[in-house]
Amino acid sequence: MAEQAFGGRAAGPPGRAPGPSGGAARPPLPSPGELLRRRHLLAQNVPLVVAVALLVAILVIYVVLYLVSIGSFPGAFEAASITDHAVPLSLAAVGQTVVVLTRGIDLSVGGMMDMTNALAALHLHGGLGPEILWTAIIMAIGAAGGALNGLLVAYGRVQPILVTLGTLSIFQGMALWILPSPGGHISSAYTGFFLNPGVPSALIYVVILGLGWSAFRRSRLGVDIYAVGNDEAAARANSVPVLRAKVLAYVLGGTLTAAAGIALATTTTGGDATGGDVFTLSSIAAAVVGGVSLFGGRGSAVGAMCGAFVLTVLVDVLFFANIDPLFQPFYQGLFLVLAVGASTLLGRYLIRRRR
Amino acid sequence: MTATAIQGAGVDKAYGGVQALRHAGFLAAPGEVHALVGENGAGKSTMIKCLAGITRPDRGTVRIGGQEVRLRSPEDALARGVATVFQELTLLPRMTVAENLLLGREPRGPIRLIRRLDMPATAGELLAEHGVKSVDPGELVENLPLAQQQLVEIVRAIMRRPKVLILDEPTSALSRREVEWLFEQTRGLREQGTCVIFTSHRWSEVSDLADRITVFRNGTDVGTHEQLSEEEAVKLMTGRQVDTASARPESEPGDQALLEACDLEAPGLNGVSLRLRTGEILGIGGLEGQGQRELFGALYGQIPSQGEVKVEGRPRRLRNPREAIRAGIAFIPQDRKAEGLLLPMSVRENLTLPILRRLASCGVLRPVKERQASEEMIERLHIDARRSGQPVATLSGGNQQKVLLGRWLLTESRILLLYDVTRGVDVATKQDMYKLITGLAADGHGVLFYSSDTEEVANLCHRVLVMREGLVTSELTGPGIDPEEIIGASFREEAHG
Repeated sequence: MAEQAFGGRAAGPPGRAPGPSGGAARPPLPSPGELLRRRHLLAQNVPLVVAVALLVAILVIYVVLYLVSIGSFPGAFEAASITDHAVPLSLAAVGQTVVVLTRGIDLSVGGMMDMTNALAALHLHGGLGPEILWTAIIMAIGAAGGALNGLLVAYGRVQPILVTLGTLSIFQGMALWILPSPGGHISSAYTGFFLNPGVPSALIYVVILGLGWSAFRRSRLGVDIYAVGNDEAAARANSVPVLRAKVLAYVLGGTLTAAAGIALATTTTGGDATGGDVFTLSSIAAAVVGGVSLFGGRGSAVGAMCGAFVLTVLVDVLFFANIDPLFQPFYQGLFLVLAVGASTLLGRYLIRRRR
Repeated sequence: MTATAIQGAGVDKAYGGVQALRHAGFLAAPGEVHALVGENGAGKSTMIKCLAGITRPDRGTVRIGGQEVRLRSPEDALARGVATVFQELTLLPRMTVAENLLLGREPRGPIRLIRRLDMPATAGELLAEHGVKSVDPGELVENLPLAQQQLVEIVRAIMRRPKVLILDEPTSALSRREVEWLFEQTRGLREQGTCVIFTSHRWSEVSDLADRITVFRNGTDVGTHEQLSEEEAVKLMTGRQVDTASARPESEPGDQALLEACDLEAPGLNGVSLRLRTGEILGIGGLEGQGQRELFGALYGQIPSQGEVKVEGRPRRLRNPREAIRAGIAFIPQDRKAEGLLLPMSVRENLTLPILRRLASCGVLRPVKERQASEEMIERLHIDARRSGQPVATLSGGNQQKVLLGRWLLTESRILLLYDVTRGVDVATKQDMYKLITGLAADGHGVLFYSSDTEEVANLCHRVLVMREGLVTSELTGPGIDPEEIIGASFREEAHG
């Protein structure tokens, strides 16, 4: 009886190549190499396409509203204002993204920004030497804070949301201890190096961040972080160093958050030990709008940066739409829900069309 | 045998109070294809885990290439030349096939950056080298059908050029053609002197491929054989004689139509009509992926579909599973975990989940009633659970399948859609399930039965509809259904297409 089941094997169907070709035969691919490349890229980048589309859409709305209320096109000043405001959020969102990719989350972003912002306002003046030194120190503090999170998550096996909720409060407390009341200042040389009110020169940091990301994506660590977020057990079975990848993700996230804290201090040219609090949630929001999956393993920094710009432009859009500032959070929330919902639907549509 | 590729000797392993292995062992030589057979829970999987470095034996030794080793991790085993493909796949779902295949050996460019754009082509070449042409290396793994994922997993293991390749139930997800591919690969490896160890619940594969067979029963090996007939093997595995003829339906179907579908259309389903009568076991045959899954999904309301569906003569709309359940349609899928069972919860809770409302009075659950109902069902279906409070996760695959079936019997569904329910289930439990299915048909249930095991469809069903490209292409009736006819029908049509 067993033999019967396989008796028909010799009389296989004629005219088909051997090998497991599965279902119906596919038409021959035109230029296989090129097509493969394109499919390979698109397969992972559907959320990114959606994020870019969202950014373009909101920029168009912004320009139209600006034109209607001011009577001219927005110029270099407006562009500079938007970029200057978007850079801190972009940095924080990319830091958040690295952590979220491992299927974690970093709620301590706000506290870390408070702390680094306060330190920046206290120390980033008094000549080139100390300024460079303190920039390095602040970034190192970010890395150390991230390492604390990462070690507790990876080796302590505590849930990321609990660990970072705890460190959020710790960092917030330390920020208030460092700078009990708003103040401090940042040397105009330092600020000028980073920002230029007339030209959107801060875009260069966006480009640097993008290039850095592209290298990260092509590194061992990048592959490991994506693998861990995909499926931890499977990653381990593929001899990915899971714990190391997790710790390094939080370290990288903390470092980028420290950079965001410095950037925030330069845009406000002063320090506030509570000024970074909002970035916990807005960094998550920017990442999600940018197509980063909270389930890990999917998304990119480019998307997160798009998300950061979308959220920044949104504030201006609401301003030009004459929305009462009291109601701004309401509309921001509404937009967030609609945008994420729409991008999920659009993403699904794109994936279905691709098949 | 002079040389040893891999050997387990006197291995003991206990999980909690359960002795999974008791002084078990076997030996496989280089250039040998060695099959491990036995019922689920007989210890094959535990033995494999010990050899693959996943679990450490409590007692006993593992030798690789004649050398005694203590394996600390799967990587450790891999470094010593033992690669294992498990039933649970270890691919990364949201990464492409190329990224999965090349993980850890990506093509590098300047300053050691990975050349991501070259990866699909490199992976494509690797796949072609191993005779796989149907898998698109640029596709995300999660978008691939299970069979293709399994191919990728196997290719990845072969790519590592292991001295010992262990395949745990490699064919359960594969269609005939892919099984043939695997056979070819295995024979190729044998010629190169690789030792291949595999498990399978399909006897034809074991007898076709294996040079030697080791039978496991109750956590220990009961002998290694070069020649073994199916009956002898089953006797060894179970310690009792299993009559294969008992898989035949016991009763004739009635005349009343239970479920009628007319021109059912959905993506992948191009107008299927069928009529399922009371007491009938209607088989759905054909090659894998010819619309069978879509047919079941449409009838269960999982997939939006067009066409007319009548249940007991009354037109019904099945827009979602809830409506299907209300119409008396139950669906038992192949993937028990993804579609229906709550693994950490108890057998009792899983059984009574859809009928809690009935077991409660004034919204308060009556535990006595609940226990009664579930214990009755455990007995009726011979579910191998010590207590009704035992978590479902601790049951074997076949018993989990029975829990799912029992749940629907409690809801008093009359139409049962059974989709590849015996996949990965051991011989004895399979026999139990056959009896159960024929018994249900005798009670007047209508059963729509799909299985990737064509033999099973032929034996169990009153009537078989063979599907191809989303259509029913032929119907086989009467006692003369045999597997060859079904397979013939599925292929013949394809040649015309």
